[in-house]
Amino acid sequence: LVAEIEKKITEAFDVFDRESNKTVDVRFVNRFTKILQNLNRDKQLSKLISALQEEPGGFVHLEKFLPVMKKVLLDRRFRPIREDVILHAFQALDENKCGYITKEDLVKHLTEE
Amino acid sequence: AGTSSAGSATQQLGSVLSPAFKAAVLIQQWYRRHVARLEMRRRCTWRIFQSIEYACEQDQIQLHNFFSYLMDQFTPRSSKERDFISRMFISGESYKEAELEKYCDYESIEVPDSYTGPHLSFPLLPDHATALLEAFQQKQQLHARYVLNLLHETRKHLKQLPNISHVSTCYSEEVTVCGDLHGQLDDLFLIFYKNGLPSPSKSYVFNGDFVDRGKQSLEILVILFTFLLIYPKEVHLNRGNHEDHMVNLRYGFTKEVMQKYKVHGKKILKMFQNVFCWLPLATLIDQKVLIIHGGISDTTDLDMLEKIQRDKFVSVLRLKKRKESSRKPEIQAINGERESGTDAAGNEAALRLSLQPQSAQAPSTANRLEFSRWLRQTVQEQIDTCRRLVDISESEPEELTYSSMVSLKDVNEPCWTRQEEWKQILDVLWSDPMPQEGCRENKVRGGGCYFGPDVTEKFLEKHRLQFLIRSHECKQEGYEFCHNRKVLTIFSASNYYEIGSNRGAYVKLGPDLIPHFVQYQANKTAHMLTMTQRQGFPVALISRVEESAFRALREKLFAHTSALISAFKAYDADNTGRITLSNWATAVESVLRLGLPWRMLRPQLVRSTEDGMLEYKSWLDDLAMEQRSQEHIQSSLLEVIYRNRSNLETIFRIIDRDHSGLISFEEFQQTWKLFSSHMNIELTDDGINDLVRSIDFNKDGNIDFNEFLEAFRLIKLPV
Repeated sequence: LVAEIEKKITEAFDVFDRESNKTVDVRFVNRFTKILQNLNRDKQLSKLISALQEEPGGFVHLEKFLPVMKKVLLDRRFRPIREDVILHAFQALDENKCGYITKEDLVKHLTEE
Repeated sequence: AGTSSAGSATQQLGSVLSPAFKAAVLIQQWYRRHVARLEMRRRCTWRIFQSIEYACEQDQIQLHNFFSYLMDQFTPRSSKERDFISRMFISGESYKEAELEKYCDYESIEVPDSYTGPHLSFPLLPDHATALLEAFQQKQQLHARYVLNLLHETRKHLKQLPNISHVSTCYSEEVTVCGDLHGQLDDLFLIFYKNGLPSPSKSYVFNGDFVDRGKQSLEILVILFTFLLIYPKEVHLNRGNHEDHMVNLRYGFTKEVMQKYKVHGKKILKMFQNVFCWLPLATLIDQKVLIIHGGISDTTDLDMLEKIQRDKFVSVLRLKKRKESSRKPEIQAINGERESGTDAAGNEAALRLSLQPQSAQAPSTANRLEFSRWLRQTVQEQIDTCRRLVDISESEPEELTYSSMVSLKDVNEPCWTRQEEWKQILDVLWSDPMPQEGCRENKVRGGGCYFGPDVTEKFLEKHRLQFLIRSHECKQEGYEFCHNRKVLTIFSASNYYEIGSNRGAYVKLGPDLIPHFVQYQANKTAHMLTMTQRQGFPVALISRVEESAFRALREKLFAHTSALISAFKAYDADNTGRITLSNWATAVESVLRLGLPWRMLRPQLVRSTEDGMLEYKSWLDDLAMEQRSQEHIQSSLLEVIYRNRSNLETIFRIIDRDHSGLISFEEFQQTWKLFSSHMNIELTDDGINDLVRSIDFNKDGNIDFNEFLEAFRLIKLPV
């Protein structure tokens, strides 16, 4: 199972590896790890992810990427958000029950203390 | 900026924060994942298209290797067979000037009064160009007489041009450079609409690959040539690897011309052949920016490039041979029998050097060995003659004919210079940049090199250039920099793989030589759907492009059914009929060799699994069901046809010398037999007969191969 996960991670990594040299631009790593960082409670994992983002030269090597992602996947922390949960979230913000929320609403809620 | 810190704040102040806030964060996270997933899908789709495209190009090279193999191994059993083979090599013949004028004469062609299209007279004027643009927008067709006339004039003009065009930004303020158009007329219209028509104050460079794949290659060429003649100082054309009749046979230009000009198509094609070879090879802006279609190699030399007689290279695709290190001609001759296709791939067949030609007198047939040896020689000579015709355009017969790709050690081949020249052109038209340093053979495309940033650096320094502009590769955004911004790829055919797959772009350079890009996408529907520029396509569009990519992929899988079964069986020692999904991925890659992320693609390709195991036989059967538009044809035969469709088409077109779309039944049979030997498959005469009869393509003993090929197009899987 571990080997399979490793292969999966490597495959995904290769898709973004534009130069075929086992590195990806750190910006891509940022995009994906932001999601992870928001959800994790594991300090150690948190540190690893930050380390990934601060790679000098702006590239992340597969060697560093693989163990972090392996742990993430094996720990099964990041299941997809269930549809009913998301629906509930939208409804919570839709005070007037009109069936939609505006961008401004969302921004307001995200930036208010 | 506030959001990520707010994110971690969630953990600490969980209970204190309002539900509204938590809800907002959740939505944000969900959305980010969604976007990331879309991005992943988009990239995978791109990979699929690209790897299939390049595999197809590689196929073509293998086809040429097959022809070489043919020449080496095949002993024709009759003069008919011999004619058949030699015809394959005469397709590239070139004419001397006078012959060309006579054969492709246009003056005798009358333009009927009923013709409502545009009329051209020479010398051309801007009004003619406008008339043509309008006419093509209304889907009219230019009369064959004018096409031929235009081509003659274009050829006359191009002949005067040097191999490397020089452009200066001090005359016209800006130069606009466009990349591959590939017959997509809508893109050309879009460029003219956004950027303006060529004029004394508006210079253009078109960097090759005007034809093939798209359906309006002819119109594009007519328009470009017209502008070329009206504004010779402002319009510059570079040759691309598709400006080559051998490539056109495969990728659609030949077919397009024949369909549009049923009577004069052949003449028109012949003229195009002789115009393409006169297209300049490169353009230089202000002596600082070099524009070539493909790229460079570590041996590219501008001085040599300038001096080559470029018209000698009507087709850059040559029949390649590998020289065998040890000579064993005696054994082959004595063997007498026809060599069986044991070198299965055929591609690796080493050249059996022919014996010194002996007297032309045929020995008595009583001595079978002698006879067969004589036969081989005669065939060899015949083939040599054909080769000579293929290679030479207007030069003396003494000049050497055939250049070998590899061995330069062979002093018997006095074509050293010819070989070098050929390589210069091949590299410039077919090479691709790579991120790694160095320079190596471009095995994926089968021609040119992969060149690294060090090669670029050295080249730029040597010729005191600032950067290179090239095309040849499709790019998502229509353009892309690499090699530290020293190499710019510009690609002007939008929606190249599929509607929504990519943008097209053109680049403008002023005297400061700083590139300014303009991107576009030619399809209205696609444009409306592509809302968020930065993040790529919304789901609906991605799904559509994806669907197309997966369809192509499923076809590929089907085409390799036999090989896949063998590969799967290797992982299924106990013969359970099932393998793990992990092994599935490994096996598939080992057969298809497309370098795709199979584990990511699996959900789209494999519908049902049990405990993480796949029943591979039924999976393959399902694939076959999708493809089987012809139910009564045996599955393995179908597989062969699918796998070799492009090759088959190419061969058919070569055989079909009058470009009628029909070949005789006998020729059809011959083609299949040749394939059998190449592919190592059993295909009896009866099998072939059944095939033809069942599909009923017979037209008085001739086979319409366009119909034949159409019948094996994919049918859409019913939802």
